[in-house]
Amino acid sequence: MWELEARFVLSMLWHYVAVTASQASPWFDADKLPTLIAALISIIIVLYTTYHRSSREKFKMREIAGLKAVEEAIGRATEMARPVLYTPGWGGDIQRPTTIASMNFLSHVAGKTAAYDCTLVYPTHDPVLMAVAQEVARESYARAGYPDRFRSENISYVTSSQFGYAAAVDGIISRLKPASIFLLGTFEAESLILAETGNSVGAIQIAGTDSTIQLSFFIVACDYTLIGEELFAASGYLSGDRSILTSVRAQDILKVLIGLLLVIAVIWSTIDALSGNAGSGWWSF
Amino acid sequence: MDRKVALGVCFIFGLVMFAQYFSQHPAARSINQAILEYWQIIFAFTLLVGVVSVFKNNVVQIRRGQDRSYRLITLAGLVAMPFLALIWGIKADMPFMWVFENIQAPMQSTVFALLAFFVASASFRGFRARSVPAAILLLSALIILLSRSAVGTFIFPQMTEVADWIRHYPSMSARRAILIGIGLGSLTTSMRVILGIERTWLGGGK
Repeated sequence: MWELEARFVLSMLWHYVAVTASQASPWFDADKLPTLIAALISIIIVLYTTYHRSSREKFKMREIAGLKAVEEAIGRATEMARPVLYTPGWGGDIQRPTTIASMNFLSHVAGKTAAYDCTLVYPTHDPVLMAVAQEVARESYARAGYPDRFRSENISYVTSSQFGYAAAVDGIISRLKPASIFLLGTFEAESLILAETGNSVGAIQIAGTDSTIQLSFFIVACDYTLIGEELFAASGYLSGDRSILTSVRAQDILKVLIGLLLVIAVIWSTIDALSGNAGSGWWSF
Repeated sequence: MDRKVALGVCFIFGLVMFAQYFSQHPAARSINQAILEYWQIIFAFTLLVGVVSVFKNNVVQIRRGQDRSYRLITLAGLVAMPFLALIWGIKADMPFMWVFENIQAPMQSTVFALLAFFVASASFRGFRARSVPAAILLLSALIILLSRSAVGTFIFPQMTEVADWIRHYPSMSARRAILIGIGLGSLTTSMRVILGIERTWLGGGK
C-alpha cells in the first residue's frame, strides 16, 4: 500500500513542479526539468568539493598501473635514445573534455621529457590542438627548467582527414620508431591502426579514450589502458593537482548517488512488475 | 589581462550554452545556431594556421634532408589541390574531383582496409586464455563470431540468441558502467573549464 501512496505523492509533486516551471516562463522546456535538477545537483557537489575547507585534507587515490608506468615509459625512451610519441586521436577537438584531460596529461609528459632530455613528438589533426599543445609543452619545458630543449616543430598539424592522419602518424611511428607511445584522447577507427603499428615497432604503449568501442582495441593492442574516468583522473594522480583531485572526489560522490538511484529504480520497477502495474518510469530522464 | 578576458568569455558562453539547452524558445534556438555558425567560421580560419604549419615544417625538414621524398609529395599535394580547385572548380569531371576520386579516396580506403588485418593480429594476441577472465573473453568472442556466420547456427541453432544475450546484458552492463565514469569525468572537467578552475586550454599553466 505504501508504494502506491508514495508513487501518488511523487507523481503529484512532479506534475506540480513541471506545470509551475512551464507556466512561470515559456522559455523553459519542462521536459528537461529532471536534467536541470541533476545538473544543478552535480554543480553543487563539484563546487562543494572544490571550495569547502574540509576538502583540504589529503587525497588517497587507488593505484593505476597505466599511470605508474608513465615514468618507466619515458625513462625507457631516454635510455634507448628514441623519441616519445604522443597523439590525441582524430575524434577530438579542444571543446571536448577528453581533450582537456589529455592536455593535462601532456603537460606532465612534456615536463618529464624536458627533464630527461628526450624528444617529444606530437602529431595532431587539428590546428587549434596544435597551438594549445605547443603552449602547454612550452610551459612544461620552462617549468622543468629546460626551455631551450623545446622544439615547436615537433608538435605539428598533419591533416584533418581521418585516414590521412592515421597514415601520417603510422609513417612517423615507422620512421622514428618511438620507444614509448601515448594514445590519449578521442579516437575513432584509426585507434587500432595506430596501436598495432606502435606494437610492431616494439613501443611501450599507454592509451586511454572516451570511446568504449575503441577501448576494446586499446586493451588488446596496448600495454596499459586507462579505462573510463581514469583518463580524467590521470593528470591529478600524476601531478597531485588539487583542483583535479577534488573533481575526482566529486565524481565519486556523484557515482554513489547514481548507484543509489539505480538501486531504488530497480526495486521500484520490480514492485511495479510484481503488482501488475504499468511502470511509472519517473527515474528515466 | 588576456587570460582574464578569455576566461570571462568562456564563462559567459558556457553559461549561455548551458541555459539555452533547457529552452525550446525560438530566441534560444537562434542563439544556439548563431554560436555554432561562428564556431564553423573560426574553425575555417584555424585551418589556415594548420596549412602554414604543414608548409613551414616540411620546408624546414626538406632543407635538413629528412624524409625528402615524402615531404616533397606532401607539399606537391598541398599546392596542387587548391590550384586545381581555383582554376577548374570542384564540379564533377573536373581535375580536382578526378584527383580526389582516383588518388585521395583510394589511398584513404587502403589505410582503412589495413584495419581488417590489424583486427586479426590484435585478436590473435588478445584472445589467449591465460587466465579465467581471458578465457571468458575468448569464449564470448567465439560465440559472437560464430553467431554472425552460417556455421554458428548450424552447430547450435540458438547461437544467435546466446550472442544477443551476451551483447545486451553482461557486455552492455560493463559498457554502461564505463560510460557513467566517462560521463562524470566529462561533466566535472567541463565545469572546471566554465568556472575557470581548469586553464590548460589557454596554453601553459595555472
